[in-house]
Amino acid sequence: MLEIKGLEARVEGTQILRGVDLSVKAGEVHAIMGPNGSGKSTLAHVLAGREEYEVTGGSVTYNGNDLFELAADERACEGLFLAFQYPVAIPGISNAYFLRTALNAVKKYRGEPQVDAVDFLTLVREKMKLVGMDEKFLQRAVNDGFSGGEKKRNEILQMAVLDPKLAILDETDSGLDIDALRIVAEGVNQLRTPERAVVIVTHYQRLLDYIIPDHVHVLSEGRIVRSGGKELAHQLEKEGYAWLETGSATAAGGA
Amino acid sequence: MEELPVTENSAAADRVTAGTAKEGRAAEEVLDLQEVADREYKYGFVTDIEADTIPPGLSEDVVRLISSRKNEPEWLLDYRLRAYKYWLTMTPPEWSFVKYPPIDYKDIIYFSAPKQKKVLESLDEVDPELLETFNKLGIPLNEQKILSGVAVDAVFDSVSVATTFKSKLAEMGIIFGSFSDAVHEHPELVKKYLGSVVPHTDNFFAALNAAVFSDGSFCYIPEGVRCPMELSTYFRINSAGTGQFERTLIVAEKGSYVSYLEGCTAPMRDENQLHAAVVELVAMEDAQIKYSTVQNWYPGDKDGVGGIYNFVTKRGACRGDRSKISWTQVETGSSITWKYPSCILQGDDSVGEFYSVALTNNYQQADTGTKMIHIGKNTKSTIVSKGISAGRGQNTYRGLVDVKKGAEGARNFSQCDSMLLGDRCGAHTFPYIEVKNPTAVVEHEATTSKIGEDQIFYCNQRGISTEDAVSMIVNGFCKQVFRELPMEFAVEAQKLLAVSLEGSVG
Ligand SMILES: Nc1ncnc2c1ncn2[C@@H]1O[C@H](COP(=O)(O)OP(=O)(O)O)[C@@H](O)[C@H]1O
Ligand SMILES: [Mg+2]
Repeated sequence: MLEIKGLEARVEGTQILRGVDLSVKAGEVHAIMGPNGSGKSTLAHVLAGREEYEVTGGSVTYNGNDLFELAADERACEGLFLAFQYPVAIPGISNAYFLRTALNAVKKYRGEPQVDAVDFLTLVREKMKLVGMDEKFLQRAVNDGFSGGEKKRNEILQMAVLDPKLAILDETDSGLDIDALRIVAEGVNQLRTPERAVVIVTHYQRLLDYIIPDHVHVLSEGRIVRSGGKELAHQLEKEGYAWLETGSATAAGGA
Repeated sequence: MEELPVTENSAAADRVTAGTAKEGRAAEEVLDLQEVADREYKYGFVTDIEADTIPPGLSEDVVRLISSRKNEPEWLLDYRLRAYKYWLTMTPPEWSFVKYPPIDYKDIIYFSAPKQKKVLESLDEVDPELLETFNKLGIPLNEQKILSGVAVDAVFDSVSVATTFKSKLAEMGIIFGSFSDAVHEHPELVKKYLGSVVPHTDNFFAALNAAVFSDGSFCYIPEGVRCPMELSTYFRINSAGTGQFERTLIVAEKGSYVSYLEGCTAPMRDENQLHAAVVELVAMEDAQIKYSTVQNWYPGDKDGVGGIYNFVTKRGACRGDRSKISWTQVETGSSITWKYPSCILQGDDSVGEFYSVALTNNYQQADTGTKMIHIGKNTKSTIVSKGISAGRGQNTYRGLVDVKKGAEGARNFSQCDSMLLGDRCGAHTFPYIEVKNPTAVVEHEATTSKIGEDQIFYCNQRGISTEDAVSMIVNGFCKQVFRELPMEFAVEAQKLLAVSLEGSVG
């Protein structure tokens, strides 16, 4: 589904990604871990198509097509979803209106019929129950004045409504209490079908207690320095990332 | 409207200017948002109807000619001549923030009417080409619209050619039709109110209008009558080089109510066309007038060539106690807009409101706002202004809140918000406040915001295209004003904003 080869990218002249290789197949859940500043969000944004991040090398294919041929909104319409680490507020636009506009944009792209206000309300109410969000959030402006946890839930709500093929969750777990964490995990586990894939970016392993990943990767200084199964997450939890600095990165075996 | 000078006792407050965005990265972000529209004006076509046109230029003879073509009574000719003589002594105002080459008033054609004189019984009798034009514009001079309850008095190149619902309204004693007809059918009313709110001496453009006004709408709501439908007039500028000098007068008697809609589109032109309308509103005791405008005249091309000069004087007088006048405007067209719909709050407890969305793209300039003159006791006014600038557009809010000595307990709330798209446009705010009564409470709030690249990306990531994202965010910004518009107009206004912004963001 997603094939990343030797991906290099920079922001404002600084090289951040220095050759990322990653292969995600349909039906898989991957976790990407790594210390702060290692380039996890950069990778997520590059995949989502943020223009500020300049791709300087490598290739990415998504469902067999060159991902970089698609604009950000086309990628979204092709089923690529990014749950933002820092969701953006849009004052003046209600959550309901925003989400229906998004859903209908995606439907239009796929040549599917538009969803009217009534059907949308039925759908979104059901999904809100799933993520434990009060209906009053429908009328609130998008992420405007939301607490950290509310923003993260709102991302999961959007994900549930838009029903992506490939979901990338960027630190959706940070700042969440245990209940919220369960809800996020629930949302992700719902997406766990043979046709879909999920990439979870996190630097704690606690979310991985609820979402058991098929593969775990460690990103450090813009490269994936180690890959393994779910046990790698536990090892990281115990040992931290300090071992990365010993220069033994290349010695670490991949999965 | 008269000049709004910066006097010593007026507070000329926060002036906000973009165009010098020094914020480093932010500036580059907005640069990306800066690809300019190259969209053809959607309504840019010219109708092939033979116009009855007089040669360009203005003189006493031209004024006499206009009056005689319209078979006007002596008193009206006198009024025009007085205005003309006064106009000759005046110079165009220079205090506003708009820039344009001097207008040669000798080059303007002051009268043009479609050659179609006889009174029509139904739409079937109207020139099919004319109807075609209305259809292209989506002007609802058709069954659907009639069924949906809108009486349309369509002003086509200065002369009304069709009026619907007139008789139904007449049963209720409501007079709604062209200004010219009113001059003949209700001379006493026209004589009584013409120039009573905007005297011909008011300003340069008002004087010009009083001398040469062509036609417009007249509306009279008798005591205690609530007009059962939105009264709607669609204006359209057609013949090349024809100045438009509309004259509208609305009188609401004691305890009456009327909602009036004005919407405009104009065909594409290379030379600038002058439009100098005058609108006068009079509300008596407990009467209420709601006046809504969607203005979409040709704004000029992306390089700033062509477009309408829209220099309008709109003013309402709340003469009676507890009367109320609300102005709502959505201004997206014209290359230059110079317009300050105002309220004179004479009656005790009278209320004035001004809700405005003004959008300038490419090289458009808008200098618009309102004047709220508090004279009566416990008078209240609300001002909500939303300015959107894109491209190299310049958007100025200019408003005066003037509380006179006797206006005990007067209250005003003003909110002026600006939104900038890109860093080559500008937003400016000039709120003038003059308070002569210590019991008055005057509040003013102002904000300036930009659409961020991060907001656009967030929308993109959810599948929403950049254009749709911008129009969604802009519409959200304007919601407070759109809420004041009648339903069908609110929808139209949203579409208009989207069309006007197309291509303004890369
Ligand atoms: N927009 C940006 N401008 C400048 N530097 C950036 C930007 N985004 C990320 N960086 C830098 O790139 C590096 C990687 O950041 P990021 O991808 O956010 O790391 P992570 O998500 O792994 O914590 C950091 O040093 C960060 O400061
Ligand atoms: Mg991050």
